[in-house]
Amino acid sequence: MIAETQSPRPAQRGLVPVLVRFREAGLVLIIAVLIALVSLRNPAFLAADNFRDIVLNMAILVIVALAQAMVIITRGIDLSVSSMIGLTGMMVAFTAAALPDAPAVLAVPLGMALGAALGSLNGLLIAGGGLPPIIATLGTLSVYRGLVFLYSGSKSTINAFELPPAFRQIAKGTPLVIPNLILFAVAVAVAVFLFLRYTRAGRDIYAVGSNPDAARFAGIPTQRTIFMVYVISGALCGLAGVLWVSRFESAQTNTALGFELQTVAASVVGGVSTLGGSGSVVGVALGAFLLGVINNALTLVQISPFWQLAAQGLLILLAVVADAAISRRLQRTMGGRRR
Amino acid sequence: MRAFTTLLRWEWLLLALIVVVSLVNSRLSPFFLNGNNLLRTTSDFMEIGIMMLPMVFIIITGNIDLSIASTLGLAASLMGWLFMGGWNIWLAAGVALLASVVAGLVNGLLIVRLGLPSLVVTIGTLSFYRGLAYTLLGNQAARGYPPSFTYLGQGTLFGTRVPFALLVFALLSLAFALVLHKTTFGRYLYAIGNNEQASRYSGVPVARVKLAIYVLSSVMAALAGFILAARFGSTRPDIGSGLELTVITVTVLGGVSIFGGSGTLVGALLALVLVGILRFGMGLVNLQGQVQDIVIGLLLILSILLPRLGAWLSVLRSRQAGTPRALGLALGVALVFALFFFWSRGLILSS
Repeated sequence: MIAETQSPRPAQRGLVPVLVRFREAGLVLIIAVLIALVSLRNPAFLAADNFRDIVLNMAILVIVALAQAMVIITRGIDLSVSSMIGLTGMMVAFTAAALPDAPAVLAVPLGMALGAALGSLNGLLIAGGGLPPIIATLGTLSVYRGLVFLYSGSKSTINAFELPPAFRQIAKGTPLVIPNLILFAVAVAVAVFLFLRYTRAGRDIYAVGSNPDAARFAGIPTQRTIFMVYVISGALCGLAGVLWVSRFESAQTNTALGFELQTVAASVVGGVSTLGGSGSVVGVALGAFLLGVINNALTLVQISPFWQLAAQGLLILLAVVADAAISRRLQRTMGGRRR
Repeated sequence: MRAFTTLLRWEWLLLALIVVVSLVNSRLSPFFLNGNNLLRTTSDFMEIGIMMLPMVFIIITGNIDLSIASTLGLAASLMGWLFMGGWNIWLAAGVALLASVVAGLVNGLLIVRLGLPSLVVTIGTLSFYRGLAYTLLGNQAARGYPPSFTYLGQGTLFGTRVPFALLVFALLSLAFALVLHKTTFGRYLYAIGNNEQASRYSGVPVARVKLAIYVLSSVMAALAGFILAARFGSTRPDIGSGLELTVITVTVLGGVSIFGGSGTLVGALLALVLVGILRFGMGLVNLQGQVQDIVIGLLLILSILLPRLGAWLSVLRSRQAGTPRALGLALGVALVFALFFFWSRGLILSS
């Protein structure tokens, strides 16, 4: 991260969990109010179909936003997520198109493995090479996006009819009534939740983000943790890539272009502190949900979809300001020294 | 003094690279060393250059501004929208300039008054300002600018082939260089980048300085937007998208440390020239834009990695626990990935 003077962060107990929960309750309230307002204007908003659309649209965002959240918790950022999604999606699409008889379900571990490899380069540059995350991921953003272009060559797109039908079922199939896409998102959310809360590696992520020096002195393998977090980010982007291609039934060179902003927005709105060290799965999911609701609402209330980007940016700003206000109040209550 | 000599080394390295790349380019294509071609190419980089100047200031203080391309887009879109609504182009540009001042103030106030991290604030304003640009112009493009305006981007000086924009950039570079290296304000920037707390206690008006550089950044972005719009002769709301990455790349490549506290304007200018002739050369041999992006991305990474090579080699030599194994694993992963890359690609492309 860019060098900033920071006040000492208070310990993660007592008042903090209360305010964090307050933050998430606040998000739920905002979402509820928004839903109420929009459904007053257009009752179609409350239809089950519409709701399912919202959830479908944000499923991939949730997966990648969780990855981004873990990176941000370690005081980093991963701007290359969109390129990793695009590259893994394209590579898996090529393979699926070329091997139509191979079991489609293998696409998922393939995508994740490819994504993990891409993410490991990020991790190597940042944890091993000491590059600032913004620079490293800015670089790989360009490199990976360029690789999509180089890889697809003259073909440049994989179309729907070239993909085996089983492949499309990966995201769209409903063997368990609910579309697979949503099941994947839920599974990832549960897995990340358990990982962050109940495994040592997961707790290490918080420790490294909270106070990297203290973590190192406490014997936590900071470099390995940071490396791992980028590999996980890559793997989840690989999964997202497979799901993206499966859902939209095509792979193009501009797949997921600009998506990284949405993942940062969802994380920041969901309460992941940009100073590192705190953030929750529930918060990120709520943040993604809020973004999804807004996007959907704008269309239903017949506001130009061009407002989406502006709304997203405004949300980020509001969320970050709220974050600062909360942490400032925290410092006053805990008697911490202000800058 | 040591820092000065280190910096001098980096600038010499850039200069050497420029010479090398120029030689390679002139071998690759007879069109490279053509004065007219070179002059014409500079116009591709004036917008980046103009936005790079205040970015040097910002990064030296240890901050960043990711919203410049969006401010560029907003200013250009606002001007275009007003112009399409019948306003005089210069009046519209004036309003857009004012808007950019507000944009810079928003950035600056959030960062200075509320103490928010510049990375996230400018990511937020990046989306917000670009979004505003889209709401103004939507799907349409503003066009039909009068020749007095398009002169900004397309005009040349008094019959020579020197673009007007180049002159503007040259003057601005001189001004920025003088401010950075010869005024107290410039020294304040280095001080803040090295230790903001200490600077504040030493009486440096940190808040005012940071506010000033963010407003400066937005105003320069607006100026770049006008030149870009004048060059294209039209404006769409996605104008300038993604330019912030190039600006940051060029600045960091120029030896301005991303951690703040060091860097020279000369270095940034040299890096701009280097990237400029690199892209020009790559274009001459018909490398597509995205492939060029790979080269620039690699350049960015290597520019920070290579100076640390010395430290790496000593780590390797001391054979710290697991390092050779980690390296071996990394190479293995890269190899397997590359193999799969070419194999899976060949499955489709050869059929």
